[in-house]
Amino acid sequence: MDSLPIYPSGYDNRKRRTQAVAFGVFRIFSLFIVIVLFAILGFIIYKGAGVISWDFLTKAPSDGMTSGGIFPAIVGTLLLMLGSAIVAFPIGIMSGIYMNEYASKTGWAVKFIRLMTNNLSGVPSIVFGLFGMALFVKYLGFGDSILAGSLTLGLLSLPLVIRTTEEALKDIPDGMREGSLALGATKLQTIWKVVLPMGMPRIITGLILSLGRVSGETAPILFTCAAYFFPQLPASVFDQCMALPYHLYVISTSGTDIEAQQPIAYGTALVLIVIVLVINLLAGRFRKYFENKLKMK
Amino acid sequence: MKKFFEKAVRWLLTGSGFITSIVILLIIGFLFTEGAGLFREHVIEEGYVLALNKGNPVKVMTAEEIKAVFDEDMTDWSQLGGPDLPIEIFRLEDADKYFTEQQLGKHYEFADSLISGLVASRPGMIAFIPESMADADAGLSFIEDKTISPREVFAGAEWFPTATPAPLFGMWPLLAGTLWVSLFAILFALPFGISIAVYMAEVAPPKMRGFLKPLIELLNGIPSVVYGFFGLIVIVPILQQVFGLPVGESGLAGSIVLAIMALPTIVTVAEDAMRNCPRSLREASLALGATHWQTIYRVVIPSSMSGIASGVVLGIGRAVGETMAVLMVTGNAAVVPTSILEPLRTIPATIAAELGEAPAGGAHYQSLFLLGVILFFITFMINLCVEFISARNKAKNS
Amino acid sequence: MEKIEARDVNFYYGDFHALKGISMDIPQNKVVAFIGPSGCGKSTFLRLFNRMNDLVSGSRLKGSIKIDGQDIYAPEVEVDELRKNIGMVFQRPNPFPKSIFDNIAYGLRVNGIKDKDFIRQRVEESLRGAALWDEVKDKLNASAYALSGGQQQRLCIARAMAVSPSVLLMDEPASALDPISTAKVEELICELRNEVTIVIVTHNMQQAARVSDRTAFFYMGEMVEYDDTKTIFTNPHKEATQNYITGRFG
Repeated sequence: MDSLPIYPSGYDNRKRRTQAVAFGVFRIFSLFIVIVLFAILGFIIYKGAGVISWDFLTKAPSDGMTSGGIFPAIVGTLLLMLGSAIVAFPIGIMSGIYMNEYASKTGWAVKFIRLMTNNLSGVPSIVFGLFGMALFVKYLGFGDSILAGSLTLGLLSLPLVIRTTEEALKDIPDGMREGSLALGATKLQTIWKVVLPMGMPRIITGLILSLGRVSGETAPILFTCAAYFFPQLPASVFDQCMALPYHLYVISTSGTDIEAQQPIAYGTALVLIVIVLVINLLAGRFRKYFENKLKMK
Repeated sequence: MKKFFEKAVRWLLTGSGFITSIVILLIIGFLFTEGAGLFREHVIEEGYVLALNKGNPVKVMTAEEIKAVFDEDMTDWSQLGGPDLPIEIFRLEDADKYFTEQQLGKHYEFADSLISGLVASRPGMIAFIPESMADADAGLSFIEDKTISPREVFAGAEWFPTATPAPLFGMWPLLAGTLWVSLFAILFALPFGISIAVYMAEVAPPKMRGFLKPLIELLNGIPSVVYGFFGLIVIVPILQQVFGLPVGESGLAGSIVLAIMALPTIVTVAEDAMRNCPRSLREASLALGATHWQTIYRVVIPSSMSGIASGVVLGIGRAVGETMAVLMVTGNAAVVPTSILEPLRTIPATIAAELGEAPAGGAHYQSLFLLGVILFFITFMINLCVEFISARNKAKNS
Repeated sequence: MEKIEARDVNFYYGDFHALKGISMDIPQNKVVAFIGPSGCGKSTFLRLFNRMNDLVSGSRLKGSIKIDGQDIYAPEVEVDELRKNIGMVFQRPNPFPKSIFDNIAYGLRVNGIKDKDFIRQRVEESLRGAALWDEVKDKLNASAYALSGGQQQRLCIARAMAVSPSVLLMDEPASALDPISTAKVEELICELRNEVTIVIVTHNMQQAARVSDRTAFFYMGEMVEYDDTKTIFTNPHKEATQNYITGRFG
């Protein structure tokens, strides 16, 4: 089984060696990134773990934010997540349904909406901040408030919600819809009884991930909602609130007493990372759980 | 009734379908109205004038010249095309150097005529005073107060929005800073991003991929302030040590943090594209005696090039628009960067840092909205690029 | 002289026993056809000859396959060298998204040939060999995707032949083609039989009867019968073969 004499001798070895080198480089680069990620996580967990205590999680900052806890910031972030969900989820899901179920697949509307949705998802978060300030804070007169912050964050997470909804519905075979329509169900009944339940697992996964993104955003709330120091809990949606990411930013860049404040910064960073981790795990679990359930059927 | 309900829902859904378009229109509308207002603002602070001795022939000064004069970088009128006279600066707070409190009066009620008289008597003096204090009859002339021109803004090399009497809104340093940091970030992220994408899509065993994929997603999910914080605490001191810098906050620190942040975008999109490369093409290549690596770089990568390009462009978009992390680690010096090791400042960081202090409706406030407009258009262009690439790709494949 | 010798080949995808104890000799420079209903294992068996099934994770092989007396699954065998010697044509035309010229030159280039004149000469020979030269000689730099389906498949045959393999494996090469293109491909197979040993998988029995010297009938992972094509189609020994050929199932 000698190869034909037309081929340069030794080339087979050479190309295998090139492959070994190339793959080696890829392995090293990938390993390096794994190390970087674990360095970031490990560093913050290592430094922050000692700070976390029941008091840290349930007390307001005190002594000019050099001691005490981060309770108001945690509550603020949760409120903003809730608020943005109320804004983005219904509209986003309806928009996704329109794109996949109503609009003509080849018509201009879908192309145009998709273009706009993609563009909106590329808009930097600071631009959302500017926009939220101009529209909600100033023009509509909401002032720096949870309302303005939630609206801004809600608009920011819209593209993600729309896209996941659209993709979830796209994968549902047409046969399902036709089956329902053939039984005399209206289009709306079909969507409500057949399409949405089938798409739900993936939609919900997308919604959870969008909450994760909202929890970490700082730039959009800088000028619409976030308070430097607001130890009491907000009483209405027109109040300002503290938020974890903004708190971390403030504490780590414009602190008054670095020695005393750095531990608080580590603790805040750790809480933020834990939120993101939990949300990612939750989304993953959710997807698996529902996928198994659908398979069983 | 049922039919009406169906119709109503249909309209509701259609309406929400266009929500993103409406938001984009609103963003453009609000940012533009505020941003364009900058060009209606005057160079000299509102309500104030720059008064000269009547004998001084200088009538026009640019904002940069005004700043140079008041910073005492320019000290002679001949530099401005005037007579060979040293420049004497007068600000309102200098009044007590020339006059006693009694002379000025309890409520400054005599200040008008005193100051006007002073300027009229000193041939080299330039006075920055409220309009109301300038007595036109006292023999003064005024620097012509023009509106801010687009040229000064887009080509201006100095960003000094809080300078008095004439703030400078030269955006070039910020634009340059943004481009520098993003460029270096992509240079760092590209080799890693592509390598990891190839590794995950082609080389890694399924278990390894199952481990890497959520990890990359996690990297994508970490909030930008946390990256900024990590950069500030870890990367900045390391850079300071390694390069012996006076301050570690630098363009390089920003680029490194941004590279880590742009990585997941590049990896995810590029990996997807490579996995979508048809199996039949791989098999054709392998069946001809090509090694796996030859197959990857001669067939898989070329045929998924547009997907990889989309990933890279999206990564650039992410880097250009990133705010908090960059704000925390780049040192925020608004100068045109000459080296990546110097502090610099990007457009998003400028907006985040200054909007809180800029009085609403003022020139500074409007200039920040104008920066927002620029940023919006840069990312808009980037997105259109991605759309164009993937549209062309679809056309090619069908 | 036997080109390929398979001995007691068992093949598994995970728990699924896909091939059951197959032994077979394939003579040099003959055309051997594998027929049988879908899922009978004929394609799987074909893909063992150039170790294409290596790509399937969780697959396992027992038994031995020798080509030119060398066990191709022996540890010292490098799979890319093996595949250089064993060409393959797939069910659907799968040209690379490159020019016609680059498609043919691909196999030469990945095996280290840099001589441009030699490549050009080889491209022309291969295209002539595949009866495609006259149709494409003026547009060698055009994309291979601009060709019709039948032309694309002949391009793929030319691409495989350009590397000068000694065996050509064809996995239902005409199943995606119209009757005229199919006829051209069959004609090509008859011409190529002088140069290479051809193993062709087909579900089209007329095709097997037209082009092959020997035919093997596969059913449920087993090789039921292997004999001269004439014997298989006129006087099969096994009832299953008889039933399949007469169209009682399949």
